[in-house]
Amino acid sequence: MAEATIEHAAVQHGAPGEYEAPLFGAYSKKVGMWLFLASDSLTFGALLFAFSYNRIYTNPWPTPFHAESIANATIMTACLLSSSLTMVLAVFAAQRGDRPWIRNWLLATMAFGTAFIVLHGMEWSKLISEGLVLPGFTTILGVSKTASSGEMAEIANNVPQFPQAFFGLTAMHMLHVTIGVIYLGVVAFRKWFLPALGVFWIAGALLIPSGNVFHYPVHVLGLGLLTAAVILFLKPKDYDVNDVEVCGLYWHFVDLVWMFIFPLVYLMSTKVS
Amino acid sequence: MHDVAKHDDSKAQYFWVWAALLILTAIEVVLGYKQVFSPVRMLEVLLLLSVIKSALIIGYFMHLKFETALMRWLLVLSVVTCFVIMYFFFFPDADRIRTLGVQ
Repeated sequence: MAEATIEHAAVQHGAPGEYEAPLFGAYSKKVGMWLFLASDSLTFGALLFAFSYNRIYTNPWPTPFHAESIANATIMTACLLSSSLTMVLAVFAAQRGDRPWIRNWLLATMAFGTAFIVLHGMEWSKLISEGLVLPGFTTILGVSKTASSGEMAEIANNVPQFPQAFFGLTAMHMLHVTIGVIYLGVVAFRKWFLPALGVFWIAGALLIPSGNVFHYPVHVLGLGLLTAAVILFLKPKDYDVNDVEVCGLYWHFVDLVWMFIFPLVYLMSTKVS
Repeated sequence: MHDVAKHDDSKAQYFWVWAALLILTAIEVVLGYKQVFSPVRMLEVLLLLSVIKSALIIGYFMHLKFETALMRWLLVLSVVTCFVIMYFFFFPDADRIRTLGVQ
């Protein structure tokens, strides 16, 4: 008890050694998130460099993206950019202490993120059905109904670097967007988000047919549900302005990475006839 | 509370940044459609536009512009240094394979 009083007095009077001023003038959670994002940017940097490596040494590089694919990817880009704006507005609402609008803006951000995932998933399914596949898709993921001839099938057979680089890079990004949507849901709705996530997971598992590439990956939602439940059980707190700002940093980073994937992967592989 | 709230944090500037990002994206798409440049020049232009877009996102949306100078420089320099190192690992080899073929 006496020790606690002394410690308390030391903190009150700023005695040296008790608490140091933060290194970057920011709270620790924010510094932690920035460090995580710096390391994650190297992950994506390595993937983008690997994609560019393949792009340079493979001659000719396939250009399979027609106007329809580019239009789809442009809408996806607009979704992510708009989600960043709604995320900023959520942080503003958090600074005002306006709880209803924090939830509304975070919900809008999640809606844009979900739209991105759905559009991306539809595009993946279309490319795979046209024959752009990797060996793992049929043996591990049980994908069926792929064309054995045509432009995409030829690319998969003759330039396997293309589907490897394309699916590897975009899958990693899609996973980050999915984690981001779950993260935002937990910050916005806390434990009340878990049943909704469970419904999405079960609905996805039941509705996505067994021959689809997302039949097994949809269980990422189940893993997300488990992780979120454990976090909320261990720390059932009411998230504050700092938490909203920190999850916003993660979300903007996901947007930022797409700003490089979109031109490198899509626009540099465009065939507009 | 928000330890970066000292600066003039008006909402309007974020709408301007959002609009600028959409316009830059539209320019990229037009360049992709028109294919006015050779592939290498196109890559340079698209990467330049992407760097401008990412600077807007990092500076404004992620608020790095309003953080302390130490945090700004340490984060940016460390990540950029790693990318430069990656560049010297990846690209000379890719170019070697392209010009010489796999031996």
